[in-house]
Amino acid sequence: MEAIGVLMTYPMSSYLEQELDKRFNLFRLWNLPQKNDFFKENSGSIRAVVGNANAGADRELIDSLPALEIVSNFSVGLDKVDLGHCKQKGIRVTNTPDVLTEDVADLAIGLMLATLRGICECDRYVRAGLWKKGDFKLTTKFSGKKVGIIGLGRIGTAIAKRAEAFNCPISYYSRSQKPESKYKYFPSVVELASDCDILVVACALTAETRHIINRQVIDALGPKGFLINIGRGPHIDEPELVSALVERRIAGAGLDVFEKEPHVPEELFGLDNVVLLPHVASGTVETRNAMADLVVGNLEAHFSKKPLLTPVV
Amino acid sequence: MAESQQLQSTTDSQQPQTTVETGNNLPVAIIHRLPTFNFSFSWAKGIVNPIESSDPLYPIHRLSARAVIVLGPSPLKSEHLDQYPSVECIFGTSAGVDHIDLAECRRRNIRVTSAGDAFSEDGADYAIGLLIDVLRLVSASDRFVRAGLWPVEGIYPLGNKVGGKRVGIVGLGSIGSLVAKRLEPFGCTIGYTSRNKKPQLHYQFYSTALDLATNSDALIVCCALTEKTRHVINHDVMKALGKRGILVNVGRGALVDEKELVKLLVGGELGGAGLDVFEDEPQVPRELFTMDNVVLSPHKAIATTEAIEGLIQLVIGNMKAFFSNKPLLSELNLHD
Repeated sequence: MEAIGVLMTYPMSSYLEQELDKRFNLFRLWNLPQKNDFFKENSGSIRAVVGNANAGADRELIDSLPALEIVSNFSVGLDKVDLGHCKQKGIRVTNTPDVLTEDVADLAIGLMLATLRGICECDRYVRAGLWKKGDFKLTTKFSGKKVGIIGLGRIGTAIAKRAEAFNCPISYYSRSQKPESKYKYFPSVVELASDCDILVVACALTAETRHIINRQVIDALGPKGFLINIGRGPHIDEPELVSALVERRIAGAGLDVFEKEPHVPEELFGLDNVVLLPHVASGTVETRNAMADLVVGNLEAHFSKKPLLTPVV
Repeated sequence: MAESQQLQSTTDSQQPQTTVETGNNLPVAIIHRLPTFNFSFSWAKGIVNPIESSDPLYPIHRLSARAVIVLGPSPLKSEHLDQYPSVECIFGTSAGVDHIDLAECRRRNIRVTSAGDAFSEDGADYAIGLLIDVLRLVSASDRFVRAGLWPVEGIYPLGNKVGGKRVGIVGLGSIGSLVAKRLEPFGCTIGYTSRNKKPQLHYQFYSTALDLATNSDALIVCCALTEKTRHVINHDVMKALGKRGILVNVGRGALVDEKELVKLLVGGELGGAGLDVFEDEPQVPRELFTMDNVVLSPHKAIATTEAIEGLIQLVIGNMKAFFSNKPLLSELNLHD
């Protein structure tokens, strides 16, 4: 397959580049100084595009590659791929579905433990050389706390399953009650927040869920309640959360996402009741490599005329 | 003796709080603690008359006291026991009792209680918190954000996945078995080593820490510190754990050969570590302070409000039982 030209749109994984280099004639779109010359010279040999959530295959790219047969995307979302145009031209499209769930759920539990048990603060304290015997600041136990989950989809369910092993009673809010779920349902976020110790945002961001965590919800969660966000920044009215944390109107927060990433409100930097992460919930080396293997596997299947592993079009 | 009989009648009537004013009639319990271990014991006052070494009557009470409360990890060796010639029961307040000379207690026919299971859940929670933290770089990336580096450097390096890891538990006792239970839904494969194989459990048993390390991606150390388990995690075990392997210690510092641990971390021969305990606390090897693949914690795995409240209730229950000649709630078997 060495003669087959594969165009990668964006630097997404060095492991993926290495694996593609081994098998195909790989072109790196972001490295090309003269794109027009490149397309004139090579467009006839490029039979596959590897895209991701930042740069996929739009109509213009598709039309400039007359030999294109397949778009093998390194992401679950395909909003940067013109699916209709692909379908029309008989170009196959694949994605990497359902690979993030476990990583996000793992980090949600990690954030709960780090926030309630003050692990990052402990680590700062030791590194600053402040540890003296006799210090005995107590933290909050995690096992047995009531966990309330907003959005009981794949990620919310994976979080619930993990928290159950810590003997945490689980309740949830979602647009409609899930009859197949054994967890306690609340028809409003305020009611859920009033009833739980740890409130976790795990729903998709839509017009309806924007600022789903507002002043009223924060007040319902109360001074002993903790908030965890592994969803999206705009789920939370951030200025309201910041003032609640500064004024200790809630006990603490573990945040992986923010409204204006990569900018995090500086008022939070000095607080010991928050854990602040740079949007890392959905990625691990192992998961990215598994995604890369899936991208390569789809290409190999296509070019050896076998069924695609994860076809979309 | 008259004092203890008095207490029997008060405990039998189950109203210890109302007897605080008549503290003089309560049996004496000596408070044994390191001067630096500043842990309140006011909770004991309803049950006993707690006497510290600073008390003017201490020289008299220490001779006749039947009970000693040991706060935290304060050492209680033979020479300390000599100070308390009438002691019959030592009320420990920690899960590990390596600071108490148990052989000497056995010889003197002194009973000993521990914190029992009061700390087990918190210990297990913390072990998992440390494991996820090291794998997913939680503390390191929190430091990155607080330093204002996110807008400057962009994406933070990826961490490692928790699921699919082979986690080896060193000591499948009350904390270790809770660690195992909690890790199952993460998709981890659990193995363990302990004095005896536990046939009722479906986890893979290894007879040595070395075998366990060879077959694990992460080790969680949560066994008791004894003469046999000192440095159970030695150079060879950590080498077997390997370049990508992670060591978590919520047991005691001396379970790990700390000099070797630091050497292997500095040399990149061990993947990372989450450490709540150290060999010479509160001293922590400075080489670790700049590493992003380690998480350092000042012996706080069990330090929650809930655990301390549970412990206090347990010690109170033990004291009531002792002074009314009922079975103790968390007595150690010294004849094992």
